[in-house]
Amino acid sequence: MSNQAEKLVEINHLKKYFHVNKGLLHAVDDVSFYINKGETLGLVGESGCGKSTTGRTIIRLLEADSGEVIFHGENVLAFNQSQMHTFRQHVQMVFQDPYSSLNPRLSVFDLIAEPLTNIEEYQKDRKKLDARVRDLMDVVGLSRRLINAYPHELDGGRRQRVGIARALSVRPEFIVLDEPVSALDVCIQAQIINLLKRLQQDMGLTYLFISHDLSVVKHISSRIGVMYLGKIVELSDYKTIFANPTHPYTQALLSAIPIPKVGIERHQIILSGDVPSPVNLPGGCRFAGRCPYAQERCKTEDPELRDIGDHHYVACHLAEKK
Amino acid sequence: MGNENSSAVKLQKTEEKNLLDIKNLSVTYKSEDGLVYAVNDLNLSIGEQETLGFVGETGAGKTTTAMAIMGLLPVPPAKVTSGEIYFDGKDMLKISDKERRSILGEKISMIFQDPMTSLNPSMKVGDQIIEMIRLHKKVSKKEAFEEACQLLELVGIRRERVNDYPHQFSGGMKQRVVIAIALACRPKMIIADEPTTALDVTIQAQVMNLIKQLKEKFGTSMILITHDLGIVAEICDKVAIMYAGQVVEYADVVKIYNNPCHPYTKGLFNSIPKLDTEEEWLEEIHGLPPEPTERIEGCSFSPRCPNCMEICKHKKPDITYIDGEHYTRCFLYEKQQEEVKDSE
Repeated sequence: MSNQAEKLVEINHLKKYFHVNKGLLHAVDDVSFYINKGETLGLVGESGCGKSTTGRTIIRLLEADSGEVIFHGENVLAFNQSQMHTFRQHVQMVFQDPYSSLNPRLSVFDLIAEPLTNIEEYQKDRKKLDARVRDLMDVVGLSRRLINAYPHELDGGRRQRVGIARALSVRPEFIVLDEPVSALDVCIQAQIINLLKRLQQDMGLTYLFISHDLSVVKHISSRIGVMYLGKIVELSDYKTIFANPTHPYTQALLSAIPIPKVGIERHQIILSGDVPSPVNLPGGCRFAGRCPYAQERCKTEDPELRDIGDHHYVACHLAEKK
Repeated sequence: MGNENSSAVKLQKTEEKNLLDIKNLSVTYKSEDGLVYAVNDLNLSIGEQETLGFVGETGAGKTTTAMAIMGLLPVPPAKVTSGEIYFDGKDMLKISDKERRSILGEKISMIFQDPMTSLNPSMKVGDQIIEMIRLHKKVSKKEAFEEACQLLELVGIRRERVNDYPHQFSGGMKQRVVIAIALACRPKMIIADEPTTALDVTIQAQVMNLIKQLKEKFGTSMILITHDLGIVAEICDKVAIMYAGQVVEYADVVKIYNNPCHPYTKGLFNSIPKLDTEEEWLEEIHGLPPEPTERIEGCSFSPRCPNCMEICKHKKPDITYIDGEHYTRCFLYEKQQEEVKDSE
């Protein structure tokens, strides 16, 4: 089925490097994937693996060094300013920290209305703007009495609802969600995840969901990409990733998640060492230094992301074709 | 039958000496919006070598309780309005500052959430460990240095790094240093306040594993403050679920996971996305925790509770024992128990 689905966003060989004192930091290093219309692609990995940079580069909050981002058949990275203006109405972002991503001096009304002030039909008609803001508050489940409240009066969950309302205000097709629930308590997290899912069903939205929490990603995504040091090491539909994790890093990541149940027997793979610095990376597989199965070949040859069957992509020399 | 059981347990309890006993603890903070009721009439005890998981959402009063035990509450604005905290037979709220200083670090020590800020950035990690050792033990600098090196090795850091500064370590390594400092005097109890929340999941697994090993090795009691029920399942013996400054359910870890009773505990478990089962929607607890300045007349969970009854809105539920030590504060069970009594 996924063969026939329409690709909304296609990312080809995206690269983003940062110049730092010690050399070149490979934040995103040759990343390619696509997102079908109406689906959620989850991007997981530990801090510093480049998942947020990938999200930001796609919507050009950061300029890529090379690669392509195809949206509706056009390369976003080659857009001029006026094309970007239209593009930004189709693509929006929700940020991780609802405490720092909202301007503390704007009220809820102003915050939600802000993106709309760039659209002509709302610029002239104040009543229409009013109605639209109230509408959006209903959609994301913000009580209307909060319309004149300021961010410091709201708790994390409500702030994140304001962030979501802002993103929805321009009726986008595609939303990049960068750790939208990481700063929230588990009960509030459940409320926001349900809200995001409901909105997706009602409006046919497409999400790129970035998170470090595999259980959250599993819950919301149709497909999942696992990143390690700037590269995607495994990409597949969510069921395959959980039932049959093939890359040793994915296996370790899955086994490291504490499961809220008692008396279960399971084999925990505890990785030794820390994630190496993404500055001046050595050749070979990036995971080789921590990999329990590493061989000579892994230290010299960088494995490519290849299909081992049924659209299950793995970047590991040892992965066998199904 | 249920009665016999609970009285037997009570007998056992008095025989067994508890390391820490908190009785009717209430703490308030003064704020611009009025009094904040952070901890309300909290009762809790921890036995020797026991690990207690202290679970709740932001603002439930977990950290305030820990700070009250340590005597580190900022007074004012904080104020202990009632209660007693017995540690090793001494009331921590009544002892002098001098006495408290000799207990902190030596008998109780603490691991804080954020290893990035809990170490002194301008002091070598070795010196920070030595400082702790020399505060409580009369040893020479040389002996203390040797001990510091051994402690580093114990937590999995090479001894050559004793002269490095905190910024030269990664987050997980810094937390190991904090653990080394906490263990320096072989305390009887460690309070770990969200020790792995700031760490990545693979590093979290390393650090939790280390804590577990060391705890068993030294027979240390521990209070683990966390919001992650997964970690609790891996490491704790007992669990206390906090809501709005009160323990709403307490039991050993198996009972809490297999038979959660309080509607809040149930809601908490249901709102976690599961790794091993499929579900379209997560179950939500509707609404938000009460404002800390708000005093709810009845049960503090009643405005959000799916099983709320008339009585819940007017009266505060008392402790009801379910099975042995397992208790909850909920009228649903109080009623059931009464019915059982009647039929007997």
